[in-house]
Amino acid sequence: MGILDKHKIFETNATVLLVGSLLVVTVGGIVEIAPLFYLENTIEKVEGMRPYSPLELQGRDIYIREGCYVCHSQMIRPMRDEVERYGHYSLAAESMYDHPFQWGSKRTGPDLARVGGRYSDEWHVDHLTDPQSVVPESVMPKYGFLLHRELEAEHIGDLMATNRAVGVPYSDEMIESASADFMVQVNPFGDTDGLLERYPGAQVRNFDGEPGVSEMDALIAYMQMLGTLVDFSTFEPDTSR
Amino acid sequence: MSTEKNKDIETTGHSWDGIEEYNNPLPKWWLWTFYLTIVWGLIYTIAYPAWPLIRGATPGLLGFSTREDVAADIAAVNERNAAIMERLADVELASLADDAELQGFARNAGAAVFRSNCVQCHGAGAAGVQASGYPNLLDDDWLWGGTIDDIAFTVTNGIRNEQSPDARYSEMPAFGELLEGDEIKALVAHVRAISGQEYDAALAATGAELFIDNCAACHGDEGKGDQGVGAPNLTDAIWLYGGDEARLAETITYARFGVMPAWSEEYRHGQGLDRAEINAVAAYVHGLGGGQ
Ligand code: HEC
Ligand code: HEC
Ligand code: HEC
Repeated sequence: MGILDKHKIFETNATVLLVGSLLVVTVGGIVEIAPLFYLENTIEKVEGMRPYSPLELQGRDIYIREGCYVCHSQMIRPMRDEVERYGHYSLAAESMYDHPFQWGSKRTGPDLARVGGRYSDEWHVDHLTDPQSVVPESVMPKYGFLLHRELEAEHIGDLMATNRAVGVPYSDEMIESASADFMVQVNPFGDTDGLLERYPGAQVRNFDGEPGVSEMDALIAYMQMLGTLVDFSTFEPDTSR
Repeated sequence: MSTEKNKDIETTGHSWDGIEEYNNPLPKWWLWTFYLTIVWGLIYTIAYPAWPLIRGATPGLLGFSTREDVAADIAAVNERNAAIMERLADVELASLADDAELQGFARNAGAAVFRSNCVQCHGAGAAGVQASGYPNLLDDDWLWGGTIDDIAFTVTNGIRNEQSPDARYSEMPAFGELLEGDEIKALVAHVRAISGQEYDAALAATGAELFIDNCAACHGDEGKGDQGVGAPNLTDAIWLYGGDEARLAETITYARFGVMPAWSEEYRHGQGLDRAEINAVAAYVHGLGGGQ
């Protein structure tokens, strides 16, 4: 019987069994996970991606808090019908600053990976306040209360620092100017040069049409930038995957 | 454990506190299925992309790639329609009606474009959302013009957005900052008068004068609107934002600013619609009943 008989050593010694199991699982991990960190075709470089601006990041937090991901995915699959309805299929790099990512596979509502620019801010306010008022068939819940919840910029730097700890390349300068950037993104008359330099392509508007910065502002700022950073009129994705 | 009946079954030889363990072999069919899955797994990893190497993974003998698949899928459909889509992209829209085949194709293709992109605002049946600022596209009451070229321009550039430099643009002032509350009440009465609703005659008389001074530049002396600036006709019973007193007072006090995104891929980072698709959806909207 030879080597197979030796399993008695494992079966009678819990520590050896534990170490042995760990080694076996590690092999699986190394083969399946480790290559993703170095293989060139998983790490496709894409121009235009940048970390979320403070307001967008806050909006993303609200998106997660409200459980929008329960009904909405953010990954356009490479299939013709998806591309027709939602736009170019999603690239891995487009969620590289998402912690956690919002890909999802459960769709009660449409995919939102490229919802940015598809609708007007007013439509988003109308739709979030009362989805059935604009889409009578909708089963989406109402989120009108977001309009009345004012946001402070006090802790936004901490949120960014937390994201930095898990790998988002926020610079010290970005974190220092977090509060100012947060407030100025809803103020088209403010001094937005710094914001736009740090976060190219950030959209500056009063998103909800009301004074102050509400959770609605943050959520719509996030919605309106989704999928807009990569310019597909110039970008040709590699077909070999 | 060791009852009479089981005497001849082999044990593993382990004995724990006198308890022994049978060595029951797995059923043959199970074992062979298991071996087969291993062989199948190996073949699979050779046929499809799998093993990680130094720079990339093995591509697999079948050359499978989801990206190539979708590109081929799209190309196949595009190729089937290539000739007619090209004709549609180059057509002089005003003369589309002369080419019945192309017009029929355009309206069908346009219906599909409309369902994917426009229904969230204009409604599944294109009837808009009453009194919420999303216009009905079925009627012949046009804000910005109802010829097929006007419609195609509206779709290409959108309305009051920041995406297209050619977006249709105008801005009604918020009269709450310019006029007194009484004056706004008078204007409401006047608008109700010219739209054939119940109104207060005394107020409406003052309102008529105020209207000429403040509103006629855009809405016209008689309130019939001006498509050059997207000012609605106020004398018909078709309301973009509502014709009751409260809604009218709100519109005049705070003004509205209806926004529609630009749909041309030129203003949407390569997303959005190409020329043929825009022509198609314009033909569809134009053919809904109100086209001019
Ligand atoms: C119960 C499931 C559900 C939840 C939760 C939900 N939605 Fe939706 N959503 C839908 C459905 C269904 C639709 C399609 C009908 C419609 O447009 O309302 C939709 C549509 C949308 C659209 C339009 C997308 C498009 O391309 O047409 C947006 C934007 C959206 N939802 C945002 C959100 C946000 C933000 C949240 C969280 C605050 C949220 N949804 C939560 C079900 C949901
Ligand atoms: C985000 C919501 C939204 C979407 C999506 C949208 N529209 Fe509009 N559309 C509007 C609004 C709001 C107006 C009226 C703006 C105004 O007040 O002038 C409008 C006006 C129009 C007009 C002008 C009507 C007139 O009376 O002159 C046309 C034509 C039109 N839309 C077609 C389309 C088509 C075709 C699509 C899809 C490709 C589309 N719209 C998608 C919101 C939208
Ligand atoms: C600069 C041009 C301009 C002026 C001046 C102007 N309007 Fe308007 N008005 C518009 C436009 C454009 C709209 C379309 C709504 C929008 O902005 O989305 C509109 C919409 C309206 C509506 C809503 C119609 C509907 O169908 O719901 C009313 C009512 C109205 N105007 C009344 C007035 C009155 C009364 C005055 C004068 C006190 C006035 N407007 C002055 C451009 C103007």
